[in-house]
Amino acid sequence: MPLAGVRVLDFSRYAAGPFCTRLLAEYGADVVKVEQPGTGDPVRKWQPFANDIEDQEHSLVHLHVNAGKRSVTLNLATAEGQRIARTLAGEADILVESSRPGKMREFGLSYEEIREINPALLYVSISNFGQTGPYRDYESSELIAYAMGGPMHATGHIDREPLKLAGNITQYQAGAVAAYATMAGLWRAEDTGEGDHVDVSLYEAAMGSRDRRTVHLTAYAYTGSPSKRVTDGVSLGSGFRPTADGYIMLAGYGKRLPSLLRLIGREDLLEDPRTATPSSAVDPEYVDEVETSYVTWSASRQKAEALREAQEQHLVGASLNTVADLFTDPHFSERAPWEDVDHPAVGAYRAVGRPFQMSGGARRSGMRAPLLGEHTDEVLHGELGFSREEIAELRSGGVI
Amino acid sequence: MSKRLPLEGIRVVDITVVWAGPYCTQLLAEWGAEVIRVEPRQRIQPSTRNAEQRATREMVERMHAGGQGGLFAYADLDPGERPWNRHAHFNSHARNKLGMTLDIMTEEGLDVLKRLVAKSDVVVENNVPETIDRAGISYEALCEVNPGIVMLRMPAYGLDGPYRNYRSFGNHMEAMTGHHYLRSYPDGDPSMTGSSFTADAAGGIHGAFAIMMALRQRRRTGEGQMIELAQAENFLPYIGEYILQYTVNGVNPEPRGNEMPPHAPCGAFPCEGDDYWVAIDIWTDGQWEALRACIGEGWAMDERFNSQPGRWESRQELNERIAYWTAGQERYALFHRLQAAGVPAGVLQDEPAAYACPHLAERGFFEELTHPEAGTHRYPGLNVRFTETPNHLRRHPVRLGEDNDYVYRELLGFSEEEIERLVELGHIGEEYPPEAYGRR
Repeated sequence: MPLAGVRVLDFSRYAAGPFCTRLLAEYGADVVKVEQPGTGDPVRKWQPFANDIEDQEHSLVHLHVNAGKRSVTLNLATAEGQRIARTLAGEADILVESSRPGKMREFGLSYEEIREINPALLYVSISNFGQTGPYRDYESSELIAYAMGGPMHATGHIDREPLKLAGNITQYQAGAVAAYATMAGLWRAEDTGEGDHVDVSLYEAAMGSRDRRTVHLTAYAYTGSPSKRVTDGVSLGSGFRPTADGYIMLAGYGKRLPSLLRLIGREDLLEDPRTATPSSAVDPEYVDEVETSYVTWSASRQKAEALREAQEQHLVGASLNTVADLFTDPHFSERAPWEDVDHPAVGAYRAVGRPFQMSGGARRSGMRAPLLGEHTDEVLHGELGFSREEIAELRSGGVI
Repeated sequence: MSKRLPLEGIRVVDITVVWAGPYCTQLLAEWGAEVIRVEPRQRIQPSTRNAEQRATREMVERMHAGGQGGLFAYADLDPGERPWNRHAHFNSHARNKLGMTLDIMTEEGLDVLKRLVAKSDVVVENNVPETIDRAGISYEALCEVNPGIVMLRMPAYGLDGPYRNYRSFGNHMEAMTGHHYLRSYPDGDPSMTGSSFTADAAGGIHGAFAIMMALRQRRRTGEGQMIELAQAENFLPYIGEYILQYTVNGVNPEPRGNEMPPHAPCGAFPCEGDDYWVAIDIWTDGQWEALRACIGEGWAMDERFNSQPGRWESRQELNERIAYWTAGQERYALFHRLQAAGVPAGVLQDEPAAYACPHLAERGFFEELTHPEAGTHRYPGLNVRFTETPNHLRRHPVRLGEDNDYVYRELLGFSEEEIERLVELGHIGEEYPPEAYGRR
């Protein structure tokens, strides 16, 4: 595995940090997730729950983002908990945390303090707004991170409220940015023996992303025109059209228009001068003529069939799927990017696997999330050399 | 004192198109890799340099005045002599790169590409697989000239399977994987949702992550490898918990819009101004008490709202009342007041607001670059920073063929005769020939 032998000490919580360390675990890193005894990572309480069982082992977000890790409970409010955390940090290559800026110092686990004991360690901080700046201590969430950092104001219908992305995507994206930054930092740390402090924020991860955001920002700097909510379907040949069983969405505008005309059986319009004139895309008579044929064509086909015919014309496009559709779709069925997981509390289920496949190394497949504190004894006894009696004492003292 | 950037000494051959691939290689260029962008002069790559149609200054101004400026975002609203060097779509993913012109779809073009690959560490492409097949490019073929090469291929749906050659932008992959449906208005149809292109960002970031893992592995084993990143599959982890709702609970998840169960109130609320909004998101009793104190109106004291289940039950009423309360308030004053009280809130920042943000200004997010043809502008900067390794944007977005001299002469050692021949064949140049440019 590409990251075999890389040791990650993970204090991160919620969605962004755990998504980062999930990616590292997936490609071979040994991730030790440190959690508060009793309650654990608050993400364990996030909806929705497997089989609607609302306990700390059944959150679907937790099962997803914490897969492939080992869980160790440590009470960082105790001196002994902090001492054990520092010992673990001394042996790690990477430390990931997502506390409020300054919080790790209260535990004696700040970058400056850890650097003293492990100068080659890469220390990765993930926060709402970053480690510095006037908004440093502001609250955030999935919705707020996308509102502030992402192009939310330009997402949705112009006559409605703007829309966020589904679920926790802005946080996952920040986690992916952290994983990318971690590799750059690790490359340098292994080159020079010098660690570094990586500062990832939900805010800047969104602001620097090519989900239209950087495109719109640059376009504004160039032209002074801000972006607006533009709904698919407002322009000729572009956006959603109904099919017999749902919708398709093609990009049939501009230089792709002739392919669309062939697709819908309007070859007769290929020689029409209006087809080659950009302004005809807003000529009501021309638009009506093309669109009537387009919708007549689309509504008489199943969405998969319509898409196949469009792709034969090399038109860029898609059909609109729900999650259930993925499990009957011929392509996703054949490539099957799914993996069977067996979890002690949840049982056997199918999860999503492999963001990408590397020919030079296997992934950790079928990963499952750890039970809270599942690996506390293994790590403390097996790796740090605590005796069974000492561990029992730590447990009764509320340290683990 | 500037430190050596981590990826200095790594050379990347960039044969990517549109958004996700170029974003991936830019993320490598930010941290020091020498990224050489390879572009044909003979064909305009659709949606890459946005030069498919010959736009006049009048047309650009008219489109902007009508609010349809996106595809016509030329610097200062002027397409200029070489519009392909002045377009925001391309110039937002082309900084810190080098550029050469070469048509890899020809025999001599493939030969040049192989000479470049022999001197490089990484090749990145995100074309339709049949196009790359037609060019005679494969991991095996590149290994013959450079056995240690790391190759990232990031087609939309993968190198095999029925949709192998399906053409797709990010928004199409999101429709195919379910994301578009999931983020739609619960009471609207999916054509009202608009595009998001989040899959492009996800593909670029994961691609850069994968390449650096492969480089690290090569440093340890001496061996290169091929990475297959099917962009649609790569996006599935971003909706992982929705997939588990189906596979674990047997529930096909429905559109949620801005709902985040059990958060309530939660959503975008209108403010004073034209299409100005504030997001407010409440998930604890403490946050609700803080918000209620800010609102200070009798209705907010209703004890139905005292618990999270009660607020979730009443979410529609809460959201309507809060929209009434926010309407007419100045968005930044409200944002700062709510945050000061401990209420999670944020402005839906449009581009002027983002450029004016005091937090980003203090952190130096936006950085100025001077482009020889597009002028001086501030660009969105690095998406991450390192305390011990300060870093900045270094070079303007690369112009078509800008570094032909460096690549052909200095790096590859081509003779004058060879260069003359490649100029004659149309490979080397800084402009698109009239027969390639201006057609619609």
